[in-house]
Amino acid sequence: MKRTAINIVFTGHVDHGKSTLIGRLLIDTDSLPESKIEEVTNVSKELGKEAELAYVTDYLKEEREQNITIDTTQIHFKTRKRDYIIIDAPGHIEFIKNMITGTSQAEAAVLIVDVNEGVLEQTRRHVYLLNLLGIEKIVVVINKMDLVGFIEKRYLEVKDEIMKFLDELSLKPLCVIPISAREGENITHKSRIMPWYRGPCFLKALDYIRPDKVTYDKLPLRFPVQDIYLVDGNRIIVGKVASGYLHKGQEVVVLPSGEMQRVESIKTFNKDKKKAETFESIGICLHNTASIERGSILSQRDDVPKLSNTFNATVFWMSETPWIDTKPHELQCSTQEVTCRLDSITKKMNSSTLELLNKDMDRLLRYEVGEVVIKTERPVLTESFDYRSEFGRFVVKDEGYVVGVGIIM
Amino acid sequence: MDYLSQLESRSIYIMREAYNQFKNIALLWSIGKDSTTMLWIARKAFFGNIPFPVMHIDTSYKFKAIYEFREVYVKKWNLDLLISKNEAEIQKGMSPEKGKLDCCNALKTEALKLTIKEHGFRALLLAIRRDEHGIRAKERYFSPRDEHFTWNYKDQPAELWDLFSAETGAEEHMRVHPMLHWTEFDIWQYIMREGVPTVGLYFAKEGKRYRSIGCSPCCAPVDSDADTIKKIVSELKKTRVAERSGRAQDKEDTYTMQKLRSLGYM
Repeated sequence: MKRTAINIVFTGHVDHGKSTLIGRLLIDTDSLPESKIEEVTNVSKELGKEAELAYVTDYLKEEREQNITIDTTQIHFKTRKRDYIIIDAPGHIEFIKNMITGTSQAEAAVLIVDVNEGVLEQTRRHVYLLNLLGIEKIVVVINKMDLVGFIEKRYLEVKDEIMKFLDELSLKPLCVIPISAREGENITHKSRIMPWYRGPCFLKALDYIRPDKVTYDKLPLRFPVQDIYLVDGNRIIVGKVASGYLHKGQEVVVLPSGEMQRVESIKTFNKDKKKAETFESIGICLHNTASIERGSILSQRDDVPKLSNTFNATVFWMSETPWIDTKPHELQCSTQEVTCRLDSITKKMNSSTLELLNKDMDRLLRYEVGEVVIKTERPVLTESFDYRSEFGRFVVKDEGYVVGVGIIM
Repeated sequence: MDYLSQLESRSIYIMREAYNQFKNIALLWSIGKDSTTMLWIARKAFFGNIPFPVMHIDTSYKFKAIYEFREVYVKKWNLDLLISKNEAEIQKGMSPEKGKLDCCNALKTEALKLTIKEHGFRALLLAIRRDEHGIRAKERYFSPRDEHFTWNYKDQPAELWDLFSAETGAEEHMRVHPMLHWTEFDIWQYIMREGVPTVGLYFAKEGKRYRSIGCSPCCAPVDSDADTIKKIVSELKKTRVAERSGRAQDKEDTYTMQKLRSLGYM
């Protein structure tokens, strides 16, 4: 059978049980080495607790002592159907950049809501960020059902609350499952204590998630140039096919110069290839490489990204220092790196309540989302994020540190 | 593209990114299966001629088989080998008996510090994997270290998609982890597919084999009859024993690895 894997990020408000759910899932599917279970049991005992499931992924000493996930973790597990890469994301506002780091590697998400507390600030912010980063496949779990005696009424209330919020962003969850991560109810098998729930258990719901339908192979060819090497007298252009296919002999347009070229050969170590597919890291030889440098793009002729030094984008700001129009920042989009400035803010909102803001419209503050106009020092190639394209997303950096994350509108 | 080729392609992309951004880099080769696989992939990334040194941190306590393997493949693959050794501490008699944490710190981390300083490396390629250890699962692909080698794990930079932040201060260096997304199982499947050579210690003799190799006094073999790559792959499908269970430095105390790594250990 062909091996496949899917990356899933676990999101939700702090203390709603993300790490506990992951720990439960791994233990109940026999995915952990004996020594790991022993280690978790021993450390829990040292800290005067019962076996703490969250310690499976909360590995830092500080995380365990403070009962909080600080940084994102990735952990592998398998079902009979396929492999999973589970990404644990911290729920605390202070670590939102770590949550975004984890989420950018995922193609589906689990959103966890505490049945007692309902939808809180980070629940909403995480949903907003999932939406911003283009993650549409979401499994919602209503956790800690043991604390409300496993009754349906409270589940329905919280379900209603989260559905309303998802609806505001036009998101439809795959299912909303009542669970108890601590007690293991509705995790790997259907719970007998909650017979009123007729949907799938959590593990089954994960197996239902379909991998991204967007097959990048079918999108237009994009080959962002990463570097140029001189090997045995040949100039080899290296990079990764971002979408589409590349064939030997194919006519491509080099951007931004607009020059037409034919692919003379596709190189890998010790072997020439006739064809390269999406995500393949390759080298190619062209007749003339004079106009090509890092940041250039080889594209198919009839469908090219837009070249401009002004564009509209939605940006989530993460730095304590506000984004203001006078300070230049670095913008990185695929292999393009360019100095940029904030030109204007058209609209901005609170990333948790989605409330529209009208104060300080000349700057974007920490955790705010803005619809903005960005100007770059030289033109960059971009396309709308709906494409799921590498050229539809970017980061804004300040002295090398990512301070903002954006998508092209 | 099949699953292993996808993993390989991503590793190639990351190595090329590191070389483009930093130029003055080195690849850390412990001569274990992971870093040898990384080296194999680096040869592919740079079309057979790796344009930077391959560094071996030599504690002088490595298995004999490791030194033999090194000699053979440095010649065969035409590698620019750089041996990093803390001679002063070795002369003074530093050994695992003086404390495993102190020994690892002096003969590995301090040796590495000396070599980085001498050559001015801006970035190092390391073959750590997330599934090896809880603390390594928290890593970024591009992970900065300050002048004292400290890893500020409580405040790591954001890292999105394939956009890697390469900026470091003058005194810092970047740890680049091209193999972070591989599992032990992936590595062995890849070794089988590609015919990557590995040190013989990984294969069972008289019912024992090493799953993880390093310094001979601090590595213990596990019970196993897997004497071929195929048998190792099928053993890994079933095992409930952790990969680094034979590694002394992981066992001393729960957070030894966290302490070591925050001080600059690999």
